[in-house]
Amino acid sequence: MFIRLSAAIAAITLLSSPALAQGAKLTDPQIAHIAYTAGVIDIAAAKQALAKTHNKEVKAFAEDMVRDHEAVNKQALDLVKKLKVTPEDNDTSKTLSKNAADERTKLSKLNGAAFDKAYVENEVAYHKAVDSALETQLIPSASNAELKSLLQTGLKIFQGHEQHAEHVLATLNQSVGHHK
Amino acid sequence: MKPGSTCPAFGAFALSALMAGISVSAHAATIQILVTNLEFSPTEVSAKVGDTIEWVNKDPLAHTATAKDGDWDVMLPPKKSGSLVLKKAGTFAYYCRFHPNMKAALTVAP
Repeated sequence: MFIRLSAAIAAITLLSSPALAQGAKLTDPQIAHIAYTAGVIDIAAAKQALAKTHNKEVKAFAEDMVRDHEAVNKQALDLVKKLKVTPEDNDTSKTLSKNAADERTKLSKLNGAAFDKAYVENEVAYHKAVDSALETQLIPSASNAELKSLLQTGLKIFQGHEQHAEHVLATLNQSVGHHK
Repeated sequence: MKPGSTCPAFGAFALSALMAGISVSAHAATIQILVTNLEFSPTEVSAKVGDTIEWVNKDPLAHTATAKDGDWDVMLPPKKSGSLVLKKAGTFAYYCRFHPNMKAALTVAP
């Protein structure tokens, strides 16, 4: 519980202030890179879940994550190609990737119901953190109208996933309650 | 599991549906609802029993149109459509199971 909470806070802090406040305003190539990375991270988390979980709902959720984020990232790639923008790696993307790798290592040590709960809890926290970053940093900083619009769609997708993850978490908590 | 009477019963049903179809077809309509950028548009639609609702999914994402009471669940694959023939009157709230922030409603008159 404390580990979960601190991970969520770390994720939110990471996205909201220090990493993003370092430089001046984020550029479109950096924003594109961050948004793409955020999708890649969630796909990797979902693939780990698909390899480990035995829970039908968690499996379905992870499949939804892979399908949606692959579709959005394909759109993002098509857009950067069209705009002739080369996504540019940056500190925010690097910190995001490093934290996600740490989270995957932590999750790899868990199994069964403990894994399912930790994965879905992290999905709720992660999507909340990305929602907040999109709303307060990425969307306002984007210069190109098409990139801004793709990010706005991305925000709706992430918000939808957050609600979906909360629903799955509620069912996991319910089934834990029944066993007691 | 299927009862032996399925075939004749189905035949009678099909026949009556066919005859009913003649009188109903003049009124039954197909109503399209667009699904774009994670929104149902329009979000509120009025229809009649017998009408067909067709959701046209323009997103590159899969969606569903799922009745909140669990009565129906229509899959809407990316860039494809899904449809539902309305059988019951009432007001039905529905949403997308993959993106529960997508919400809309159907009002079905008898």
